[in-house]
Amino acid sequence: MTTTPPAAAAGHHHHHPSFGHMVKDSIAAGLLAALLALPLLGFHLLDSAQGLHLDYRFPLVLWSGLVVFGGRLGLSLAGAAISKRMSARKTTSAESITGAPAKPRPWRKIAGWVMVTIALTLPLMPFSDRNLIDKATLLLIYVMLGWGLNIVVGLAGLLDLGYVAFYAVGAYSYALLSQYFGLNFWICLPLAGLFSASFGMALGFPVLRLRGDYLAIVTLGFGEIIRVILLNWQDFTGGPNGIANIKRPSFFGLPFTAVSMDGKPTFSQFFGIDFAPEHRIIFLYYLILVLALATNLFTLRIRKLPIGRAWEALREDETACRSLGINPTKTKLSAFAIGAMFAGFAGSFFATRQGFISPESFTFIESAIILAIVVLGGMGSQVGIVLAAVLLVGLPEWFRDLQLYRMLAFGGAMVLIMLWRPRGLLSSREPTILLSDCPEAAK
Amino acid sequence: MSRAPLLTVEHLTMRFGGLTAVNDLSFTAYQGEITAIIGPNGAGKTTVFNCLTGFYKPTVGRLTLTPDNGKSFLLERTEGFRIAKDAKVARTFQNIRLFSGMSVLENLVVAQHNALMQASAYSLAGLFGLPRYRKAEKQAVELARYWLNKVGLTAQADWSAGNLPYGSQRRLEIARAMCTQPVLLCLDEPAAGLNPKESLELNTLLRDIRKEQGIGILLIEHDMSVVMQISDHVVVLDHGAPLSDGSPEEVRNDPAVIRAYLGAADDDEIILGGGAA
Repeated sequence: MTTTPPAAAAGHHHHHPSFGHMVKDSIAAGLLAALLALPLLGFHLLDSAQGLHLDYRFPLVLWSGLVVFGGRLGLSLAGAAISKRMSARKTTSAESITGAPAKPRPWRKIAGWVMVTIALTLPLMPFSDRNLIDKATLLLIYVMLGWGLNIVVGLAGLLDLGYVAFYAVGAYSYALLSQYFGLNFWICLPLAGLFSASFGMALGFPVLRLRGDYLAIVTLGFGEIIRVILLNWQDFTGGPNGIANIKRPSFFGLPFTAVSMDGKPTFSQFFGIDFAPEHRIIFLYYLILVLALATNLFTLRIRKLPIGRAWEALREDETACRSLGINPTKTKLSAFAIGAMFAGFAGSFFATRQGFISPESFTFIESAIILAIVVLGGMGSQVGIVLAAVLLVGLPEWFRDLQLYRMLAFGGAMVLIMLWRPRGLLSSREPTILLSDCPEAAK
Repeated sequence: MSRAPLLTVEHLTMRFGGLTAVNDLSFTAYQGEITAIIGPNGAGKTTVFNCLTGFYKPTVGRLTLTPDNGKSFLLERTEGFRIAKDAKVARTFQNIRLFSGMSVLENLVVAQHNALMQASAYSLAGLFGLPRYRKAEKQAVELARYWLNKVGLTAQADWSAGNLPYGSQRRLEIARAMCTQPVLLCLDEPAAGLNPKESLELNTLLRDIRKEQGIGILLIEHDMSVVMQISDHVVVLDHGAPLSDGSPEEVRNDPAVIRAYLGAADDDEIILGGGAA
């Protein structure tokens, strides 16, 4: 991803395609579209009382040709404008000439704090309702998963396409532990993390000697194996029927119910307020917010520690790491296990929030979405991941009414972002330590 | 003066299928000396390095490292990363391998990974912000600062390593290797691509390292001006086999070496021919 995007490379003066060339190209595309549309749209088979007969719809063919012509022309004009601007920016940017370090970006820190403030005060806002909090909770699950996967992909550079498997392990650990042993959420949360981390280790141990694409394929396979096991181990996991009636979380022992079940006070009774179903929703929201922020804090912290720096070094050059005495296997395993642990936490939260889980929630598309969030956010950027999660999960959730066009917009947004920001929304990396911040020791 | 052996290579042979890259090579590198391995392209120099630093397992041979702390290591039996971690052999690469996305200072701190991991109890002490780790990190930065000064990169410490000019990247790679506090430093063509001024600076740097750190340096080099001026001991390889072994003066006058390099020629041309490499 470090190479110049083709759009930018083509952006030098003499490489600009002329307008005439663009028109020619667009006409060709339009003709091709019309040709394709002729059999696809041009003939319409009608089944009427008189039997079958053909309906000719040639205007439609014409229109599709025109639309493609216009679209193609617009796209190449826009592309030329963008690449022109990019090449202009490239030559004026002082950074590329002197190689000087990127200036610190205080706005990113400010943006982070603004986001945290918004997240903390969201349930108190006058416009917030049950629906909004619910959607924000879902969004935060993805943010947390993105932050967790970022440790594996963004920091350690290990392409993991089966991340959702660890999420599933976390969810099923809680569901099964509470079902078979009656354990409550607060005991299961660390256990779920532990289980997922162990699964991460178990998978990582044999496969981490693979690199790049090979690793990606094996992790993809692992994700599917977990899902298929969950689907087929009927007696234990409930198979496709999943596990229902998972215990809801309590407020540190105080249940969120209207009436007390076993004589102990409920949350509303204990605090002497009227019972409202929103209490649980808001509690769940704050719970995932705390979990997600803990993930974030952990990542920010570990980046500045030897293990975090070793992860990044491993992403940059594994051979050099070995020559410096860094154990690549252990380092990769730790990244894999820690990333998996956070997925486990998120999974057990997911189980307690839904109250019902089935293998259907842990398909490959989930892994793909989480990975897309990380890549789109700019690998390694914490704020970027939040933005990407809002874009990829939040917006489609809010525009659910547009059902059919949702995935179209999703794909379109992906393509646009990759054209406009091939290295992710916020891609620049800040050093974990600055010499200017380290006072010189007294001699 | 008495010479204490640091690295003893005995009957090193490395075959790749039918190709014998190194054939029955034996030599000794001494403590506090600069030993140069020279030879035409494809002579097997880098293969020797890769065997020493655990990237290849030699087909035959014994590589014994005997630092003056009394320990000894059989490198051919040591796992790759342990050669750097425990036996303390550091190396640079022919095609520079820096962590180019990370800053110059970070490159030097990563090199002290093992010391820092120990000090931070595998990062746990650091996670909870214990003073023990902060102290260790401060020491690591001090060591990095020392080497930054030494290679003249203090002003660029916070730059991205990949943005440094070529010559500085070479020096940074040496500084990074030195931050692992090695007993043997292996440099794979450190002068490749340097201009004459940078090449001179490199000579000074390597002499300083030998004098101040007292460690052994093993050097692969084409640039004869570097080899002849700073090395104490030269080993010549040709087609994987040892050709000559001795002081620079002895090697320079060895008819076999002159033949291998130029067919037949006098010393001046060797220097010129080598200098252009």
